[in-house]
Amino acid sequence: MKDALLEVRDLRTVFETRAGRVCAVDGVSVAVRRGECLGIVGESGSGKSVTFASVMGLVKAPGRIESGTIVFDGRDLRGLSPRQMRAVRGRDMAMTMQDALTALNPALSVGEQIAEVLEAHDETLPTRGAARRAAIRKASVEMLGLVGIPSAETRLRQYPHEFSGGMRQRIMIAIALACRPKLLIADEPTTALDVTIQAQVLELISDIRKEFGMSVALITHDLGVVAEHCDRVMVMYAGQVVEEGLTAEVIGAPKHPYTQGLLASIPRPALRGEPIHPIEGQVPDLIDLEPQCRFYSRCSQRRERCLAPIEMRAIGPAHNARCILAGEEET
Amino acid sequence: MSLLKVEGLSKHYQGKHGLFDRLTGARHTVVRAVNEIDLTVEKGEILGLIGESGCGKSTLGRAILRLHEPTSGTVNFDGANVTTLDPAALKAMRRRMQIIFQDPYACLNPRRTVAEIVGLPLKLHGLAANEAEQREKVAAICARVGLKPGQIDRYPHQFSGGQRQRIGIARALISHPEFIVCDEPVSALDVSIQAQIIALLLELKREMGLTYLFISHDISVIGYLADRVAVMYMGQIVEMGPVEQILANPRHPYTQSLMSAVPEVDHSGPRKRIKLSGDLPSPLRPPTGCKFHTRCPLAVDACRSQQPDIETVGPGHTAACHRLAEKLTLLDEASA
Ligand SMILES: Nc1ncnc2c1ncn2[C@@H]1O[C@H](COP(=O)(O)OP(=O)(O)OP(=O)(O)O)[C@@H](O)[C@H]1O
Ligand SMILES: Nc1ncnc2c1ncn2[C@@H]1O[C@H](COP(=O)(O)OP(=O)(O)O)[C@@H](O)[C@H]1O
Ligand code: SF4
Ligand code: SF4
Ligand SMILES: [Mg+2]
Ligand SMILES: [Mg+2]
Repeated sequence: MKDALLEVRDLRTVFETRAGRVCAVDGVSVAVRRGECLGIVGESGSGKSVTFASVMGLVKAPGRIESGTIVFDGRDLRGLSPRQMRAVRGRDMAMTMQDALTALNPALSVGEQIAEVLEAHDETLPTRGAARRAAIRKASVEMLGLVGIPSAETRLRQYPHEFSGGMRQRIMIAIALACRPKLLIADEPTTALDVTIQAQVLELISDIRKEFGMSVALITHDLGVVAEHCDRVMVMYAGQVVEEGLTAEVIGAPKHPYTQGLLASIPRPALRGEPIHPIEGQVPDLIDLEPQCRFYSRCSQRRERCLAPIEMRAIGPAHNARCILAGEEET
Repeated sequence: MSLLKVEGLSKHYQGKHGLFDRLTGARHTVVRAVNEIDLTVEKGEILGLIGESGCGKSTLGRAILRLHEPTSGTVNFDGANVTTLDPAALKAMRRRMQIIFQDPYACLNPRRTVAEIVGLPLKLHGLAANEAEQREKVAAICARVGLKPGQIDRYPHQFSGGQRQRIGIARALISHPEFIVCDEPVSALDVSIQAQIIALLLELKREMGLTYLFISHDISVIGYLADRVAVMYMGQIVEMGPVEQILANPRHPYTQSLMSAVPEVDHSGPRKRIKLSGDLPSPLRPPTGCKFHTRCPLAVDACRSQQPDIETVGPGHTAACHRLAEKLTLLDEASA
């Protein structure tokens, strides 16, 4: 893709478990352009987090990347040594985790955790001594201020548990942003938060993105969040991308029955008194999947032809869907 | 007469040994989780209860059922004062008032099968003559909530979140209650599963003539299914009224900011949003006067010292704010 900062091709990440081989990410291709916000949606267990943990080189045993290419800013990340990869993480791209409380180190103060990132990656700091400590302190206070945490000077000495859920998410964002990464991967940054706090956190990410020209991959399962904050969106189901395109196209005219089902499932005040139409059934086990369309068992439009492997199809210049009906005449 | 009438209900927790205490090092403090709440629920209606995490929604639901003993106030259910019932009478009352819990993972005993979990209320209330009848009733209600016959001898961990929520619903319904506190029954679920459970709860309500107190922090859910809405902030109800009024004409600044913060799929691109500064204050040190004044863009001096009274602002519509008479809306302020 033109102008891509991150380009992932045909990524496959598997976990060897006692029950069998879980193919959490199965042939995912995704690109994030410079300066854009890409939304990634899908039910729990659809492979959103594992896809981006793979990009970050953070998949741990029994998981491993089986195949695929990950190119970031012109470099093939899969060819890098662990040491080179550590340098990319934190400096060029950073990820905030779904659960801020467990992702932050409970034994280190917030100041120490921000300092750790700066120590490791910020090459503009004075090399040693009091000047270096002072510079780190100044940068840390600035970062907390940027994410809207008042009295940063005292707050730096506090530990993660002394902050509310919203503040912890913002602290994680501050840590992720400490070295001004080119790409921020935000994994469900607001799922655990209340709407008023959610609005603050999303606005913060949006402001920083515009200010620094950063790219953002925003993982969420809230389509409302996508509609308001993302330029493009990618819908995942059972380890695969099933639809992608400009947010307005995907949400305004979804082509995959799963995307359509997700949108029809959202209760809306405007639909009072009318029945909602949930997608029946649940996400399949990702062990020993049949080659057929993964959505087959839940799809209201399934037919014989869907029992073959289904490829991504182009519906428009930048709109693709993995469904045999996509692009066919509307019936 | 209302089916449920709650008057001056309070539930205060001693913060002394609580989590908050350990975290903040505070001593001998009281958390007024629910403070002097009045509300009524009519037979056959859904009263939606909405508010941010920690504002006291679950505590209120549990105090109404006396699952948590209220500190003060009264709860009347179908003419009987629930707060003064002796244990035997309370047990009998529990058959008629049930609860569905928020967390489908934590609320089911992991060592009991579905049949045992769902059948327990029948045992407690002596509603089945023998084992065979109990099993038959369990099978019938499980089928009704969408579980398969082969699944009732399995254990909770063998089910997904949505299925566990169905088990919780079956357990609540098996004693044929009239009133159910639904404590965020869909909050932990993905949107497609959430829609399945909402559809089920609405069907069951119609079939069985149920009355719900439906707790949620999701305005879309409440706006879709509730008849009336109560908005809670730091242990108090700050606004209450018919759902159409609360959605279209919210009068309390907190309700207004809550409404403007919800991201909607029908709404693409950024939109006008009321910015609240700051987080929820610590419940150990609640603000004086109006509890919302630390975040309210309309706060004036009086708000910091005097608690506003509850006023009627329309038919069945009440709110507690010093500046109601000025008919301000924050959205106007935001654009001004
Ligand atoms: N450490 C692991 N061992 C085995 N399977 C795993 C592991 N981590 C993830 N998986 C599996 O990979 C699949 C995708 O997981 P992932 O966490 O990426 O989904 P997700 O879409 O982010 O879900 P959620 O919204 O719940 O976080 C799931 O089936 C999950 O069970
Ligand atoms: N057992 C308890 N001991 C001390 N404080 C409690 C206890 N249970 C709840 N609280 C406090 O009461 C307030 C309301 O809690 P809760 O009813 O759980 O809110 P919600 O359901 O809206 O999240 C919170 O401040 C909470 O910390
Ligand atoms: S390929 Fe067939 S089963 Fe799959 S989503 Fe399309 S219509 Fe449904
Ligand atoms: S009483 Fe004052 S602080 Fe409270 S909501 Fe009204 S204007 Fe805001
Ligand atoms: Mg995840
Ligand atoms: Mg609760």
